[in-house]
Amino acid sequence: MAAKKTTQKAAAKSNVSGEELTQYYRDMLLIRRFEEKAGQLYGMGLIGGFCHLYIGQEAVVVGLEAAAEEGDKRITSYRDHGHMLACGMDPNGVMAELTGRIGGYSKGKGGSMHMFSKEKHFYGGHGIVAAQVPLGAGLAFADKYKGNGRVTFTYFGDGAANQGQVYETFNMAALWKLPVIFVIENNQYAMGTAQQRSTSTKDIYHRGEAFGIPGEIVDGMNVLSVKEAGEKAVMHCRAGKGPYILEVKTYRYRGHSMSDPAKYRTREEVQKMREERDPIDQVRDMLLTGKHASEDDLKAIDKEIKAVVNASADFAKESPLPDVSELWTDIYAEAEVQ
Amino acid sequence: MTRMTMIEALRSAMDVALNTDPNVIIFGEDVGYFGGVFRCTAGLQAKYGEERLFDTPINESAIVGLAVGMAAQGMKPCVEIQFADYVFPAYDQITQEAARLRHRSNGQFSCPLVVRMPTGGGIFGGQTHSQSPEALFTHVAGLKVVIPSTPHDAKGLLIAAIEDPDPVIFMEPKRIYNGPFYGDHSGKSVPWSDHADSEVPEGHYTVPLGKAAIRRSGADVTVLTYGTMVYVTEAAVKEAGVDAEIIDLRTLLPLDLETIVASVEKTGRCVVVHEATRTSGFGAELMAEVQEACFWHLRSPIQRVTGWDAPYPHAQEWDYFPSSARIARALTSAMED
Ligand SMILES: Cc1ncc(C[n+]2csc(CCOP(=O)(O)OP(=O)(O)O)c2C)c(N)n1
Ligand SMILES: [Mg+2]
Repeated sequence: MAAKKTTQKAAAKSNVSGEELTQYYRDMLLIRRFEEKAGQLYGMGLIGGFCHLYIGQEAVVVGLEAAAEEGDKRITSYRDHGHMLACGMDPNGVMAELTGRIGGYSKGKGGSMHMFSKEKHFYGGHGIVAAQVPLGAGLAFADKYKGNGRVTFTYFGDGAANQGQVYETFNMAALWKLPVIFVIENNQYAMGTAQQRSTSTKDIYHRGEAFGIPGEIVDGMNVLSVKEAGEKAVMHCRAGKGPYILEVKTYRYRGHSMSDPAKYRTREEVQKMREERDPIDQVRDMLLTGKHASEDDLKAIDKEIKAVVNASADFAKESPLPDVSELWTDIYAEAEVQ
Repeated sequence: MTRMTMIEALRSAMDVALNTDPNVIIFGEDVGYFGGVFRCTAGLQAKYGEERLFDTPINESAIVGLAVGMAAQGMKPCVEIQFADYVFPAYDQITQEAARLRHRSNGQFSCPLVVRMPTGGGIFGGQTHSQSPEALFTHVAGLKVVIPSTPHDAKGLLIAAIEDPDPVIFMEPKRIYNGPFYGDHSGKSVPWSDHADSEVPEGHYTVPLGKAAIRRSGADVTVLTYGTMVYVTEAAVKEAGVDAEIIDLRTLLPLDLETIVASVEKTGRCVVVHEATRTSGFGAELMAEVQEACFWHLRSPIQRVTGWDAPYPHAQEWDYFPSSARIARALTSAMED
């Protein structure tokens, strides 16, 4: 199997320890199981409205978080659950936000697309396509201004990559050498529109060249490739050389959101990706063939993760609905409220 | 005549327009191959080809900007902004280019352009998929602003909008795309096929822009409303047990003041209802107009029911969305002398 060969090569090359590999496995599995559970709760009517699952793309955030250090920032779009779990936010708080409960990260005010954590330096989920991109550069500007050596991971999709404000931001980030890593999560589709229907070129990262921003393509189904590329980008930014672009080729298994019948692609296309490139299966293989873990070890991890996810669902069901008065809180600073 | 949902009626309008005028083209995000997220353009690309109906990148600003250029050349673009909440990047093009091209070119160029967008709440969309930004457009000279509330009107108004020589903002209340909504979110949804106004003529017809419709005639109090709130108001009128006259504005700009004034002069009382936030909402304009034109006929203060001055919530949608109970209370207040 081609996939297996490349993953073994990547594992050998990056010299990761069994412990690290196990951690990536765990982190990716948490995202997958969490998203599956969110899908179930949605089906049961406990989550409403818009909900975009990250299943298939887990290696992107887990690989990049492995390259991040304490204090680095991250910001992304509405497809944000994976990013939050990967940076260490509490699954209970995320799930309870999905169900619109008081125990959610935004007390039910934000929902699936709009959550934040100051503690984990997570600057949100943003529902408006590409709106987070200039914000990410602004976060990086603030870090540069403070001289704290931090970098910002600014995530956006292949569809978002066509918005004008992305290029306004590229120019400024290059001009002012901002420590920002633009992560294009290219999952090949923007809602029902395949990339080739909306984008004049196959690759997107080289648009950065016009602004003098270096970048590269990354295999987003392979967590080690992602980590390695992330480390390179982080080093570039921390050295004061300005922004870097990672175009991470990935794939979402589920529909765009819960209501998407996904008629714009074939079942076989999805199936093929799942069978041959699945990011979690790849690490599983590495763990087993490298004798870093036994089947039993992996089973134990599965069980542990399941417990965490089930607990988050219980929390999200039991947490109370917010009081009506919450409609009017946090619109202005407390002092300004009459 | 066929029974249609509002989505089918809108699709039928675009079908007619594409069929009758080769200058009409349709484009927007996911409208072509995919047929639109709400299916409004489903099947039309297969029928008319990619030259007439096509997908764009996610580029609201350039979608409208391109349409202005096309319109200046006599084409008739009808573009879709996927949700009204996404229109803001295009606001510059709409207000400063589309709305003013005729005026500043001394009438040499015009902008026969339609910008369609699903608007409003009630679908659990949260703060970036539920807003009602109509007042941002009614504030701009040079634009026309239309909001239908029935399949019949949706088709006739959209054809009229496409044929209109000036830019039209066409806002589609997405809560009632598939059926009227009387405000009971936990109850069974009502399909359009049960409603008389889902009778839609086949082929070409127009409903004129700038003309309101009286949905219920009554003697006691006039309610001015539009979009989804027409139905919630109908429920409220039953609850309050008053003989209200419900006026569905259909076009906010230009406003059919004649119909409004005739009604308020008759009833002497007025309630204004919309989903959008209260402060500087279109209701404020309506109250000002009624007050100026009907002051001596008014027997009680004009009442207003709106969304609250807060971001559209995720968890508390039904505390935010104007309920029939809130409207009924306003009706009762308006009836007090
Ligand atoms: C300004 C704006 N326009 C349109 C949308 C509707 N929309 C939401 S997601 C999406 C597709 C984005 O695709 P991509 O950037 O590739 O991200 P993915 O969903 O694949 O993660 C669209 C068109 C939006 N939310 N905001
Ligand atoms: Mg995408």
